[in-house]
Amino acid sequence: MVKLTINNHRLEVPEHTTILDAAAILNISIPNLCYLKDLNEIGACRVCVVEVEGVSRLVTSCNNAVAEGMVVHTNTPKVRWARKTNVELILSQHDARCATCVRSGNCSLQEVANDLNIIDNPYKEMLTHAKWTEGFPLVRNYEKCIKCMRCIEICDKVQGLNIWDMSKTGSRTTVDVSHNRKIEESDCALCGQCITHCPTAALRERDDTDRVYEALSQKDKITIVQIAPAVRAAWGEDLGLSREFATVKRLVASLRRIGFDYIFDTNFAADLTIMEEGSEFLQRLQDKENQSWPMFTSCCPGWVRFIKTQYPDMVDQLSTAKSPQQMFGAVTKSYYARLLGVDPHRIFSISIMPCTAKKYEAGVSLLNDAGAGQDVDVVLTTREIARMIRSEKIKPEFLAEEEFDTPLGEGTGAAVIFGATGGVMEAALRSAYYLVSGENPDADAFKEVRGREGWKEASFDLAGAKLKVAVASGLGNTRKLIEAIRSGKSHYDFVEIMACPGGCAGGGGQPIDDGRELAAERAEVLYGLDSVSNLRFSHENPSVLRCYEEFFEAPLSHRSHKLLHTRQKDWEL
Amino acid sequence: MSRLSIITSNKAQETIEFLYKDLERRIVSSPPGLCPIDLTASFVKMSHAQTCGKCAPCRIGLGQLVDLLEDVLNGDATMKTLDLIEKTANAIYYSSDCAIGYEAAHMVLRGIEGFRDDFEEHILRGRCTSSLNQAIPCISLCPAGVDVPGYIALISQGKYDDALRLIRKDNPLPAVCGLICEHPCETRCRRNMIDNSINIRGLKRFAVENAGEVALPEKMPGTGKKVAIIGGGPSGLSAAYYLSIMGHDVEIFDKRKHLGGMLRYGIPRYRLPREILDEEINIILSLGIMVHNEVEIGHDITFNEVKDQFDAVYIAIGAHIDKKIDIDGQETKGIVSAVDILRKSGDDEALEFDGKNVVVIGGGNVAMDVARTARREGAKKVSIVYRRRKVDMTALEEEVEGAIAEGCEVLDLYTPRKVEKDENNKIKGLWIQSQIIGRIPYDRPVPVDASTESILIDCDKMVLAVGQGIESKSFEKEGVPVTRGVIEAMEWSGVKDIPGVYAGGDCVSGPATAIRAIAAGKVAAANIDEYLGYHHIIESNVDIPEPRLADRIPCGRVNMRDRDASERIKDYNLVECAMTLEEAQQESSRCLRCDHFGLGVFKGGRVERW
Repeated sequence: MVKLTINNHRLEVPEHTTILDAAAILNISIPNLCYLKDLNEIGACRVCVVEVEGVSRLVTSCNNAVAEGMVVHTNTPKVRWARKTNVELILSQHDARCATCVRSGNCSLQEVANDLNIIDNPYKEMLTHAKWTEGFPLVRNYEKCIKCMRCIEICDKVQGLNIWDMSKTGSRTTVDVSHNRKIEESDCALCGQCITHCPTAALRERDDTDRVYEALSQKDKITIVQIAPAVRAAWGEDLGLSREFATVKRLVASLRRIGFDYIFDTNFAADLTIMEEGSEFLQRLQDKENQSWPMFTSCCPGWVRFIKTQYPDMVDQLSTAKSPQQMFGAVTKSYYARLLGVDPHRIFSISIMPCTAKKYEAGVSLLNDAGAGQDVDVVLTTREIARMIRSEKIKPEFLAEEEFDTPLGEGTGAAVIFGATGGVMEAALRSAYYLVSGENPDADAFKEVRGREGWKEASFDLAGAKLKVAVASGLGNTRKLIEAIRSGKSHYDFVEIMACPGGCAGGGGQPIDDGRELAAERAEVLYGLDSVSNLRFSHENPSVLRCYEEFFEAPLSHRSHKLLHTRQKDWEL
Repeated sequence: MSRLSIITSNKAQETIEFLYKDLERRIVSSPPGLCPIDLTASFVKMSHAQTCGKCAPCRIGLGQLVDLLEDVLNGDATMKTLDLIEKTANAIYYSSDCAIGYEAAHMVLRGIEGFRDDFEEHILRGRCTSSLNQAIPCISLCPAGVDVPGYIALISQGKYDDALRLIRKDNPLPAVCGLICEHPCETRCRRNMIDNSINIRGLKRFAVENAGEVALPEKMPGTGKKVAIIGGGPSGLSAAYYLSIMGHDVEIFDKRKHLGGMLRYGIPRYRLPREILDEEINIILSLGIMVHNEVEIGHDITFNEVKDQFDAVYIAIGAHIDKKIDIDGQETKGIVSAVDILRKSGDDEALEFDGKNVVVIGGGNVAMDVARTARREGAKKVSIVYRRRKVDMTALEEEVEGAIAEGCEVLDLYTPRKVEKDENNKIKGLWIQSQIIGRIPYDRPVPVDASTESILIDCDKMVLAVGQGIESKSFEKEGVPVTRGVIEAMEWSGVKDIPGVYAGGDCVSGPATAIRAIAAGKVAAANIDEYLGYHHIIESNVDIPEPRLADRIPCGRVNMRDRDASERIKDYNLVECAMTLEEAQQESSRCLRCDHFGLGVFKGGRVERW
């Protein structure tokens, strides 16, 4: 233990504690900007400086440890002046037109500048200008980048793709795609973790809300929305709603106010995915010798991009089942168009996703199987839909809950947990057990695969068949797992991968709360919803069963193959 | 009004003089990887501040050049801009009245020639290919990448054993390097920005001498793979050390009586005492490495026989043959090569300098080594004849000064012309021709004959120390690729088209330094391990102390003292005195900890394992 004094308060903390953390124990908060605990402790912004007695120059509190007898002052004249100057300098290299900024109100730089009462900036604006690839689902705004380096760190340390790096030198140093590449030439998985860890709006998703408004303005278009599982656990965050209050039914009510014609649940398609993917898995098992193992889930497009660029020889091990988003799109423009008795070209299919890679997936040219344009026309992130609700001046806090439309608004508890790491695996195992044995297992029989660890494994007995499964989330963990498979150290039958740490709950399209990782908290909501569901098995979703009866006949039928399966190998990147 | 007055400096001028010094030191510690165009623009801007303002090309042109260079950097330039830069710089170069103008323009012209690719990258693609990826100057300049800030921090806490463990992760010869390393780590030390570089080698020596016995890391489980090391010098020993720790069976083949290579047969004992070298070698051999002394490849065993008997081979035979100079009468008795002298010295054979007038030809470290050895062997007079100026000598300055202090005479600006012999074909004198230092075609001036007559100096023994070559013939005969005597190996030390055969050290680089040989051994060990199908990790598991937060107040650098010259020439004991505890504590506290402060904390910092 180390004894020290901060702002005249004495305290004792373990060795190696940073000054910042020690101060936090006393509820003394030290402003900081670039710092992200365990991830980016590089003291780049110099905002968290403090004065240590006996040292004339200031010390960054985020990455310097306490020492015995240290006397720290967090708000001396020297500190105040340096801190304010550094923020002013950073602002001089930042396009601070906050009124037209997607992160206004949720920007760490704005908060620090406001807190420090910076009203006039004595420094001339000197912005970095560079061109970004138009239309790419991930957008970098060089004028807003404050060079905190967080995007580099999250991509290097957590996702292991090293997409970003420092670029140029000297005064022109900025952050850009590594190795002088353009973003579309890089192996970016589009996970969006760099966006959710950016303190400003230097990184954001491509904003597609105008395309939605355009569709809403066309009288002959039938706008159909699907809401992904993980969105329901997070959408209220950007609107200041508590997690308990921000139910999916209030989201449905809000979307109805915007004017969408039908509001459905991606959970329906998640259940459908389980039927197809589970059946595919059992079919592959019957032909075990001729298959490459393990079979991988395919619902995460960030993961699909990852395997296509990093391990192209393993792409055939992906389940051919489309993701729920794409199944939903295909069903909407085929089965549902038939139910409505309309020309599928009139349907405008919108998905609300916790994800940036989904924008890529919807645009893959092959994914137009229903024959009426892209199966999904527009993907909005959770953040974009919150922005739409705000701009419509809808106040969800005054809305009563409303039900999804039927029949595609029906989903089970097995579907809702798709939004958390391990959820797809658990849902698949629940139904696979049924398909093999003809009876339902205990719905919680496979809960071993839950939890936030980056790489989990479990073995189950599926009516006599021993199954070894693994679940990974985060691409750094994914690489480790795949390397273990390739080197023969690990053997699995079925593996679920989600590109984002914690799964879609922590997705790159989710609301941003700087410095906090909310995937676990959001996953709890999803598991809560599952536990109170009346239906907890995908194969019991009555709408799915009806859909098979009326349209697809059975999983893996000819029509299923046409509409619900794909060859990821042929997707362009 | 007085007719004349004494020029006095004012405060502003004095301050600027300090700033000039600051700038000089700052340039010394420039990190690698900076954008050359950005730097050129800065240099020209500074030159522009030096302009007197009289002449148009300099007063106006330099400013325009800065502007155009900034356009390139800002992505506002086209290839036409580059043409304009070149034309402008040429006009300034040809038409400026004084060097302030034409030399500034010359920098730009050199740049256009020297890094045209960088200009084009900026102009055509709006990107800079430079990247400051080497954050810690000392580590990035150490060929072996030794964790310098880490071990200096450990030394400052008195954890000498941990310091040694940390060094051994990258360099298994810390005692040797503590004494004789050329310390490239010190050249761009960021401490130069404040006062002077840290005495890194001195601190390393201090750690080694105070650590006591520090056990080697445990050997990893045996792999059953056999690796042959040809040549037991610093490179071979280093490769042997790491490969052995990785669990491979290592055997060293060496031509000489004892291991050590140039450490024994190139470096005199007063710089590297035999007992210290022997101890360090024995520590390495204690891993269970088998040694075959006095085995010459191509004579006692063929290279291909070795290759067939082992799973992998590392060739590290060094550069042990002497180069000749074109001087009349080289077959004369009494003319010997430095390599011969140092080999004999290494094997404790008689050197026959006693009472002789010895002339050493050359200006490198080897020349100094021979001269100082001759002094210790009782030479009557030792003269070092060098054709350029003393300042142009490639030997380290302290080596030259050491030789002079020990009574060696430096005859710089003289070139040997003709040997004078007696009736027994034995040398008795040397005609030397005075030189005049001449033009600088690239980096060193070329001497030319002065228009004076040659002079005759007494000489009963002449030692040629004009470079070494590599005995690569027998390897070449057996299919190892050799170009101009040097064995061809790739940057990962693999020999082209011969899987499993690696080469490194002096025999690949040409005569270089111990630390470069050590680094090559380390690289070879890693790649041989991979080749054998493994990926053993070498690490130290040493905790690096938190950096001190104290102010960095300018403070002189501790240099090691040498023993009194008149005393030290009487023996072969170590010339250099060690740092005292007091000195080591002060010196280690000067380290700026670039691993924590600066880019090292983010990118390009500590490599904990390899």
